Amino acid sequence: MKTLKILTIAAIIIAASAFAVNNVFEEGEASNSSENGYEIGDVATDFKLKNIDGKQVSMSDYSTTKGFIVVFTTNHCPYAKAYENRIVALDKKYKTKGYPVIAINPNNPEKNEQDSFENMQIRAKQKGFTFPYLLDEGQKIYPQYGATKTPHVYILQKENKALIVKYIGAIDDNYQDVNAVEEKFVENAVDELLAGKEVSVKTTKAIGCSIK
Amino acid sequence: MIKRILVLIIICCVACVDEKPKENSATEEVAVKIPTYNFEELEKNLPTDQEKTYVVNFWATWCAPCVEELPHFLELNNKKDVEVILVSLDMPKMKETQLVPFVKKRNIKAKVVLLDDPRSNVWIPKVDENWDGAIPATLIYNTKNRKFYPRKFDTYQDLLDEVENFKNEI
Repeated sequence: MKTLKILTIAAIIIAASAFAVNNVFEEGEASNSSENGYEIGDVATDFKLKNIDGKQVSMSDYSTTKGFIVVFTTNHCPYAKAYENRIVALDKKYKTKGYPVIAINPNNPEKNEQDSFENMQIRAKQKGFTFPYLLDEGQKIYPQYGATKTPHVYILQKENKALIVKYIGAIDDNYQDVNAVEEKFVENAVDELLAGKEVSVKTTKAIGCSIK
Repeated sequence: MIKRILVLIIICCVACVDEKPKENSATEEVAVKIPTYNFEELEKNLPTDQEKTYVVNFWATWCAPCVEELPHFLELNNKKDVEVILVSLDMPKMKETQLVPFVKKRNIKAKVVLLDDPRSNVWIPKVDENWDGAIPATLIYNTKNRKFYPRKFDTYQDLLDEVENFKNEI
């Protein structure tokens, strides 16, 4: 019996080491910690940023909302573009339920003309944005949130006037094809918050354009 | 229902319009071959020659910092004991219109593959558990070790130093 045990352990070790050599990629568990920026449960900062209509927008302007869907997005990024219609749909669905979308362009317009304030106005009109589309002038807000790419979503919930981070990540699990989406991460999270439940999937990852 | 039929008709029209230029250029020989893989296929197709160090760069033609660092990777690929694999994350529909012409125009000799796998929440942590999916990003590996660099390499020297450090770490 003992020999069998030892043999089994030896076999497992051999199998595992063979695996390690052949496998370039990791087994992979998504880590929830980001080196900088917010983690789940942190208090998010408010901001005062210029909207495409020229007015300044803060989350404190909204007195009756339950929270926010903050989306860092931009004009030029194909991954962000792939989600524009879905962001509009999110706002239409959840604004009335207390979770409006606020979109923020974190890119420095000097790095890419497509991300300029004027082009933000044009893009918002073309796509029929139903939510504020703010420019992170001076790029002071996105580093506090820890956003690294577009699109990058933060769902915030109001708790005693503080805005608590409840979800960080992608909108859903298929950037290519809206009809092939299996998990709607943001919708599921907001639905859970609305039902008074804890968000079950708190962080997700997706390919995006690094913020410049 | 009517909406769906309309969408279908539009798709058919677009597809037809798309087809025409292809027919016209059919005589032009396509020398650039870029395989399209999902993540499992990519993993299976990554080489593991014991003598070599492999540098896998995640990039896309539309990603400005990726294109800026690309020449450093092409230069690195000239080294005998290093092989560069460029994993494009261009949208699959852009393969023929963007990626293939880009590779042709720049005369890229390094291996280029298109990773077509929308389940990025599943495969990103497998590349590196701390990677959040922003590109450019680079993985260096050999049969003994692997290291992930979620950043841009500003100069060839910068990249070369990291490769040398990687080799010496073992």
